[in-house]
Formats: sequence, structure tokens, C-alpha cells
Amino acid sequence: MELRDQIMGIVDEIGNSEDKLIEILISVQKKSEHHYLSEQSLILIAELLNIPFSKVYGIASFYSMLSTKKRGKYVIQICNSTPCYLYKGKEIVNMFEDILGIKMGEVTQDGLISLEYTSCIGACDQAPAIRVNDRVYGNLDRGKIYKVITSIRRGEL
Amino acid sequence: MSVQVTINGYNVSVEEGTSILNAAKQLDIKIPTLCYHPDQIVKGNCRVCVVEVEGMRNLAAACCTPVKEGMIIRTNSKRVRDARRTVVELIMAGHNQECLTCVRNGNCELQDLCSDLNIHSVPFDNVSERLPIDDSNPSIERDMSKCIKCGRCVQVCNCIQTVGAIYNVGRSSLMHIAPAFEKPLNQVPCVYCGQCINVCPVGAIYEKNDVDKVLDVLEDKTKHVVVQIAPAVRVSLGEEFGMEPGSIITGKIVTALRMLGFDKVFDTDFAADLTIIEEGNELIDRLNNNGKLPMITSCSPGWIRYIEYFYPEFLENLSTCKSPQQMFGAIAKSYYAEKEDIDPAHMTVVSIMPCTAKKAEAVRDEMKSCGYQDVDYVLTTRELGSMIKKAGIELNELREEAFDVPLGITTGAGVIFGATGGVMEAALRTVYEVVTNEELNNINFTQVRGLEGVKESEIPVGDLKVKVAVAHGLSHARELLERLKRGEAEYHFIEIMCCPGGCIGGGGQPKPLTNEIREKRIKAIYEADLGMPLRRSHNNPAIQALYDDFLEQPLGEKSHHLLHTHYTERKKYELNV
Amino acid sequence: MAKLISELCELVHPLSVEDYTKQGGFSALEKTFKIPPEDVIKEISDSKLVGRGGAAFPSGIKMNVVAKEQNEIKYVICNADEGEPGTFKDKYLLNHVPFQIIEGMIIAGYAVGAHYGYIYIRGEYPDTHALLKRAIQELKKNQYLGNNIMDSGFNFNIELRAGTGAYVCGEETALIESIEGKGGDPRLKFPYTAVRGLWDKPTLVNNVETLANFCVVMNIGAEKYKMLGTDNSKGTKLFSVSGCVNKKGVYELEFGTSLRELIDTYCGGIEDDKAIKFVQVGGSSGGVFPAHMLDIALDYESFRKYGVGLGSGAVFVADESICIVDFLKATMKFFQHESCGKCTPCREGNRHIVKILDRISEGKGKMNDIKILLSICNAMIETALCGLGQSAPTALLTCIEYFRDEIEEHIHGYCRTGVCKFGKEGY
Repeated sequence: MELRDQIMGIVDEIGNSEDKLIEILISVQKKSEHHYLSEQSLILIAELLNIPFSKVYGIASFYSMLSTKKRGKYVIQICNSTPCYLYKGKEIVNMFEDILGIKMGEVTQDGLISLEYTSCIGACDQAPAIRVNDRVYGNLDRGKIYKVITSIRRGEL
Repeated sequence: MSVQVTINGYNVSVEEGTSILNAAKQLDIKIPTLCYHPDQIVKGNCRVCVVEVEGMRNLAAACCTPVKEGMIIRTNSKRVRDARRTVVELIMAGHNQECLTCVRNGNCELQDLCSDLNIHSVPFDNVSERLPIDDSNPSIERDMSKCIKCGRCVQVCNCIQTVGAIYNVGRSSLMHIAPAFEKPLNQVPCVYCGQCINVCPVGAIYEKNDVDKVLDVLEDKTKHVVVQIAPAVRVSLGEEFGMEPGSIITGKIVTALRMLGFDKVFDTDFAADLTIIEEGNELIDRLNNNGKLPMITSCSPGWIRYIEYFYPEFLENLSTCKSPQQMFGAIAKSYYAEKEDIDPAHMTVVSIMPCTAKKAEAVRDEMKSCGYQDVDYVLTTRELGSMIKKAGIELNELREEAFDVPLGITTGAGVIFGATGGVMEAALRTVYEVVTNEELNNINFTQVRGLEGVKESEIPVGDLKVKVAVAHGLSHARELLERLKRGEAEYHFIEIMCCPGGCIGGGGQPKPLTNEIREKRIKAIYEADLGMPLRRSHNNPAIQALYDDFLEQPLGEKSHHLLHTHYTERKKYELNV
Repeated sequence: MAKLISELCELVHPLSVEDYTKQGGFSALEKTFKIPPEDVIKEISDSKLVGRGGAAFPSGIKMNVVAKEQNEIKYVICNADEGEPGTFKDKYLLNHVPFQIIEGMIIAGYAVGAHYGYIYIRGEYPDTHALLKRAIQELKKNQYLGNNIMDSGFNFNIELRAGTGAYVCGEETALIESIEGKGGDPRLKFPYTAVRGLWDKPTLVNNVETLANFCVVMNIGAEKYKMLGTDNSKGTKLFSVSGCVNKKGVYELEFGTSLRELIDTYCGGIEDDKAIKFVQVGGSSGGVFPAHMLDIALDYESFRKYGVGLGSGAVFVADESICIVDFLKATMKFFQHESCGKCTPCREGNRHIVKILDRISEGKGKMNDIKILLSICNAMIETALCGLGQSAPTALLTCIEYFRDEIEEHIHGYCRTGVCKFGKEGY
């Protein structure tokens, strides 16, 4: 019932017209501890907005910031657009994979951290840059990467 | 306002706003297309129809570029040919090219395109994804390795049928057409109408093929195999053999089915007549005894699945009559078996249907009231076509034979079941005469015929003005039900057919299928009706004998047991929070 | 540096109406309200301002089409879906002078007869989103949004909508689809957005920087505005510079400034005094210029001579350590990821280009591959449905033109930068 109440609350606040679908999806994902849209939540949204489930899923799957797969509590997104990728971006991918012991696209076993790529996040002047949930970290090097990961693990982020 | 344009050096005057594609048609210039479908909203996805327009920087897609005064267009310059060729090659590289074993071999729009454009090799790696074929349900299979992402199926499912079982998923090169979370069709609210099959330009969606099962049972000497053919089949099967749409070939089909080895060749029209007697009496009963109104027809299994999924609040409005296909099976395995002294356990009923949903209808749990599954196998019109070809029967040249008796004795009222409005018209012919005891002067209820989405009429029957409505295509059904829900309309009797045009436009029918072809098949249906000596179901002597010898009376105990059914609300998805 | 549109950026607190008005904010709107809408459009047209989002379409003409549509409901949309790699100038404006952008929207609304506006902000800018939300609240509170703004009798309201990870939504029809709650598939070219846009109503879509320019034009007047820039590129442009320069960031320059001047004078030259290999202007959809072409002037006409555009004004500077094939792979993977998937050439073309570049970078390429790449590029430019597919091959085409040797070297199994590691089967 918790999920139902939560989503009904969001739809009440944003509105249930079809054009609000994306705002609702963003909002529901934001409230999800693991930054994703579960099947059940998409079904509920489909019901409340009276849109076919397949369409809700289709639209959610179009946008790369929305996920229908469970992710870590912290989603580390490494920019792989040219200004970052060519500007030490490749190296920091290796560093993250090394330190976390997972590959890009995977989640740490404890479910804490996901590693993903993202297209340009507009932090090209601080290349190489990453996003951790909503925050951007730039000019990364090994030291800064350790700092970010340590503060995630300590729950300081 | 009309404008002058020049295409490949020739001038043509067309209405402003006409697409380049249609303007070219007036000069007998064919611009190749792929995603374009004349009955659909223009999508402009495939980019095969590109042409050169003077003054435009890039090539223009002819399907979605309106002409302007003075436009100079070239449809066949080197620039056009080169770009178009690469586009088609890119499509082919994403397509599983196992053409020889494809269900569409020889009748494929992509194959035709390759042939027309003279493409003999593709310079790109083949990147089609070999995902497992979805064969989760009795009606429809999907092989997405063949999908070329034209979007026709999505449009027909979402806009024409308002079912929404599938949608575009993901984006870019990962974009694919699928139900939510890539579930198989049997786990989503698909009604199995097969309209997606009819618009698919390639072989990505097709019916579940049951031909071999039928061929096997025909070999089985212990089985008495009877076959029934639906009204729509006789006006469309010819297209599988290159005949003009709307060719009426009933007699040839009968001969072919006999040659294939069926023990008896019967007609679904017989069961359609029976349906009219039962359903007509049910309507009279509901009208006289304060029954649930409006009563809505129940012949179309795609429509039944739709109402069970999307409008369960209207289930009580459905006529409890089984569809003609199922009535036929039940009567064959009871009345006919008894009459001919055949053990129904050794009888197989095969039906030839214009429909993919019929395959799923036949295996519904409710459809076993005679003690056996009413109908054992259902083949589509297309499957029958392939079965006839496989057997080496030259249908075009074949002599014409007559149906077997008694389940092959029929009326024109049974034939018109194949077109939208036909069930309504057949019912009105009977209900009027039964209620008033007068003969109708004009039995042609033309106001319920034709391709208009929702048709309404008022017919005086005795003291009562019977208000009727007819809808075909589920978006029109939805429109009608929504009006009922809002209390904006009131009817006594409604006919709804799942597929646009009715059964002649069914998901099992020959391809291509456009509204133009639907019109021709419909015309043929009414011609067939005119050609019948009897045109009222209640005048069918075989039906009269059936009641006299077996059923006793309409809506009687045996009818109730054998010919009527019930419906169940279906959940669109598993929601457990 | 000619600071016109970014003049107030470091001078005002972004959310202080008092700061903004003290520094001359809303004076453009005041001037706007004193003249009839058609005169506002005339002023914008006379200024020769063109859209700063990438397509460089004359702003006045677009306004005029929307203004002429007879429809009670019209919309103004601020396109803040800045997704072009290497571009961060809109973020800079929005973070520093959100009021100026909104002022520009009100001017546009007044000019075309629209009373409702949307700001579509990309999901990757959550802080900017939050700031804009507060900016709208502030302006409502101070009656710069709502009814009878500045006693003009003109009403205007704004709603904020967020993107959520789709570069293609920067394309105006895809953006409109997204506001309507759908996937970001671009619409067909006809009818134009200005005639049938958001919810089929006449819609004016402008980039953030263009809106900022409306304020400048109305403030200083078209005559004065036109004096800046070159013959065919009037005013100033924001450039987002990234890569191996010493001072990365956003720079406002008069059109006509040379690329070399931007890099050497404003950006303090190249890190560690390395040599420049190439500069890509316009983001990933922009063309590549090798080191010997850096004297090119940053204006529309100079770029047009080379068959490329200025695009969003992103400037990515690459030194000699960058491998051209590696660069192209990253660029084309971006487009493969960001294509909406609707039209064939873009959906399939990008994927095959990436496949071919992949094999070239592994030393498995064939000489014929370059020909195949060119045929895909041609089909994409000629037939793609929207600007994304049409411009995606630009970098590849310019690299084949200027760096063909280096690509062919890879086909022969050699990477001069040592970035590409070939397996044994490579050569």
C-alpha cells in the first residue's frame, strides 16, 4: 500500500493529465531508494493516468535518466561525451572499475553503487566530470575519486 | 485551391497540400514506400520515399511533404537513387534475411522493394537480433528479428484498435516494438485481433500456423473430419491466388476442401443463421422482460477479449450467444453426430476463419459444452491458401461444388455476417418478421452497411422503434461505449466487430489489406447475399429441422447448454500493491 | 570581450529582483510594452538576430509567422535542453541571469501574442532547475509574471518542465513531444512548429541565448545592435570552450573574432604548451578544423564556406595526443546513443558507422570502409528526419577530409598516437 499511496500522492500533486507523465515518472523515480521505476509503479501510473502500460513503459524506456532496472543507492555516472572522454575520461572509468571491483553498467554487490555512462552533463570545463545522483564532481583524479567513494561508503553524501 | 507542380519534367495540377507521393501517382509515377500505409496517419519513418525538390537543401520524404505552387520534383535522379539505396540497405542490414523460409516469401513489401530497386547485396554487417520468437498464445507469433521498425503495428494497435498491447521501447538502434517489459503477448491485454499482422510489411508478425496439425488429422483414418468456412473467406481467399479482391469463389473452396480430404464440407453461414434465431429471440426476450439493454453482439472473439479487458462493466450487455464458429462446433458434435451416428470423440471440427482471435476462442474453457472441445482447429484464410497450394490444387481453374447437408444449408442472412453491419441486418430481418408476423417489404438495411465507424438507425418493429448502432474497429467500439457510459446515447441493440470493416477485414485475411480492398470484399458479401434463394435466417429449412428434431425451441434448455456461454473480466496486468 | 548578453552575469544575485532592476533589468520589457507588438518584431527583425541554438534561423521571421497565426492560444517555449557535448553556455546564463531569460520570454510572448510559456530544462541540470523554479516564484511575487505585467495590460505565465536524458529533445519538435508527455520523437517537418506546435497551437521556440538577446536588442535598439559583428552575423555569441586550453569556460565574443584569438588570447593558450591537433566547433554535431585553419573567423558566413555551422558555439580543443579514430568513435557513439530511433538513416546509420569505426580502431578495417562510411553519411544528411541525423556525420566527414591519412593508417594497423591497441590479427 505504501507504493500506491506514494504514487497517488505524486499524481495528485502533479496532475493526472497525459502530458504530466514524464514529470510523474521523474518524481516517482526520485522517491525510489534505488533510482528506478519498478514494474508495479509503472502499472500504477498507467492506471492513474489511464494510459496503456506498454506506452508508459515505452516512454520511460526512451529517456536515459529513467531506469526500469534496479540501480544502486548511489548512481555514479561518468560522462563519455568527447570533452570528458578524451580528457582523461577513459582513465577515470578504469579507476572507478578498479576501486569498486565492478564494470560499467553493474551494481556493487551490496547494492550501494551503480556505475553508468552518461552523455554530456554540461560540465565540460571541469573535465573529466561525473554525476553522483544529483551532484556533479569535476576535474577528477584518483585522489578525488577515492574521496567521492569514501564519502558514499561513509554515508556522507 | 489547386497548384501546378513539375515531376520528372511533367506538369500536374493537384490540390494544394497534396503529398508529393500522391501528386506523383496522378502522373503514374510510383515512388517506393515502406512505412507508408494508405489507411494510417503518415509516419515518415522509413525515408525510402525521398525525392529531390528544387530549392530544398536535403531530399524530402514524398509521403509527408506537401506540394507547393511551382515545385520542381525529381523522383529518379542519381542523387535520389543513391540515398534511397543506402536507406534500403540499412533497413536490410537490420532485417533477418531468411527470406526463403519466411511466411511472407513472395508476398513481402521489403522483398518487392529490393527487387524494384535492384539491390543484390548489402555492404553492411547484418545486425538483426535473433531474439526468441514469441509463440506464447494460440493466435499470434512475433519474430522481432524480421521487424523493420516501420511503426505500422504500433499505430494500428494503439490508434485504430486502442488496445495498446505494444509500443516503441527504448531508443536509437535499441528501439524495438514490444509489450511492457518485453512480456509475451499472453501476459498483456492483447485481444489477438491480428490487425498488426495485416499491416506488417514483412514477416515479423503472423498467425500461429496450424496447417500441419490439420494435415495430420486428415491422414487419421479413425477421425471423421468436418470443416466449416466463415462467410468472409469466400470473398477473399481468391486474393491468395492472384484474383481480384471481392471475387466470390464459394464453390471452388468447397471443391478444394473436399480434395484436401475433409469428410464433410459445411458452412459457418448455417451457424450464423442459428445465431440469428438464438440472438434474435434473446433480444426479443430482453425487450419484453426488462432484460439488460442495450444488448451487444458477441460473435467477434477479438471484441469479446476487448470488453473483458477494458469494459467489464458492460459484460452483462453481451448476448450470451456463442459465436457462429462455436455454435457450429457444438451442433456438429451433438446434433450432427447423433443424426449420422458418429462418435463425437472421433469427430474433428476444423474451421476456416478470417480471424486470428478465433484460434484463441476455440480453446476457451467455456467452449466445451458438448462434452468435447467444440472446434478443434482453426485455420486462417491465409493458412487455407497455403494448404491448397501445398496440395497442388489449382484453385483458379477448379470446378465448383456444393456444400454438404445439412450443415451446409444456409441463407443470405448468414453470408452478411462477414461485413460490418451484417449481423445487425440479419437480426433485423428475423426479429421484425418474428415480432410483427409480417413480411418485410425491403430486407436491405443499407443504413447499417459500409465503412463509416459508427452507424446508427431506428427501425420500427411493431410498436417499438428499435434503436440500433453498429461499430467496427475497436476505437469506434470504445467511442460508442464511452458515449453509453456518459449517458449520451441509448440503444436497444448494438453490433460490434473487432476488425475494421468486420470479418472481411480480419487479422487472418489475405494481404495486403487496405480500406479499398475492404470495400471490394464488402461489395462481394452483399452480392453473395443477393444470390441466395433464401435471405432470412428463420426461413432456413435446415435450421427449422434442427429445432424440430433436436433443439426444440430457441433459448430452450438444449440451446442454453450448447449455444450460450458466459464471459469473465480479465485483468490487464498483475497489480499487487 | 564584448559583454552584452552576459553583462549582468557576475553583477547580480540570480534571484534578487532588486539587483536585477538596479542593473537595468526589465528596462527592455518596459520599452517593449511601450510599442505595439509588430514594432517589437520589426526591431528584432531589423537587428538581424538569428537563433543561437544551432540552426541560426532569423528570429524575426520565426516571430512573424507565429504572430500572424490567428489563434487565441499560442505558446512561447524556452529551449533549455542544452545537450550538445561541449556546450554549457545556457547553463551559465540560466544560473546567473534567470530573470533575463524570462524577460526575453515575456518580450517574445508580447510580440507574438502568447500568454503562456514553458521552460524545458534538461534533467542533467537539477540545480538550475531548482533555481529557475525559485526565479519564477520571485517574478510572480514581484508581478513580473502573471496578469497586467508592469501595468501593460499584458498577461504572461510560465511553467517549468524537465527533460530526463535525451539529447534529441533539444530538437524543437521532439521537445514539444516531450512537454506533451511523450517520447522525444521529432515530428514531421510540416506543418511548422510556428503554425502547429505545442498541442497543435502556434508555438515560438527559442534557445536560452536567443531569448537573452531579445533583451539586448530591445534595450540598445536594432541599429546599435547591428553595429556589432560581421556583415551576416550580428551581435555577439557565447562560446563554451573545453579540451586542452588553459582557461576553459564561457566567453562572449563579437562575431568575427578568430578561433585562434579565442584560444590564445581568451583561453590562455594550450595546456603545457602542447600543439593543437584540431578544434571542433559546434559540439559533437560540428565540424573539425585542423591546426592550420585556426585563423577562421567565428561567424556564420566564414563557417558556411566550409559547409559547416557554428552550431551552439561549443569549442573543443584537442592536442596531438588525441587519436582521430578514437575521437570519432566517441563522437559517433554519442549519436548512436542519442538518436531517437524513429527514422532509418539515423537509427541504423549511426550504429553502422560505430561498428565500422570500431573495426578500424582494432586494425580490422578495410580500405572500402571509408567509401561505405561516406555513403552512410550521405544518406543521413540527405534523408534523416531531423537535424540530429542530418548533422551527426559532420565530424566524420570533416575528419575524412582533413585526417584521412590517419584513418587509413589505422586500416593498415598503425595508430600514431598509440591510443588504439591492435590485436595480432590487426596487421
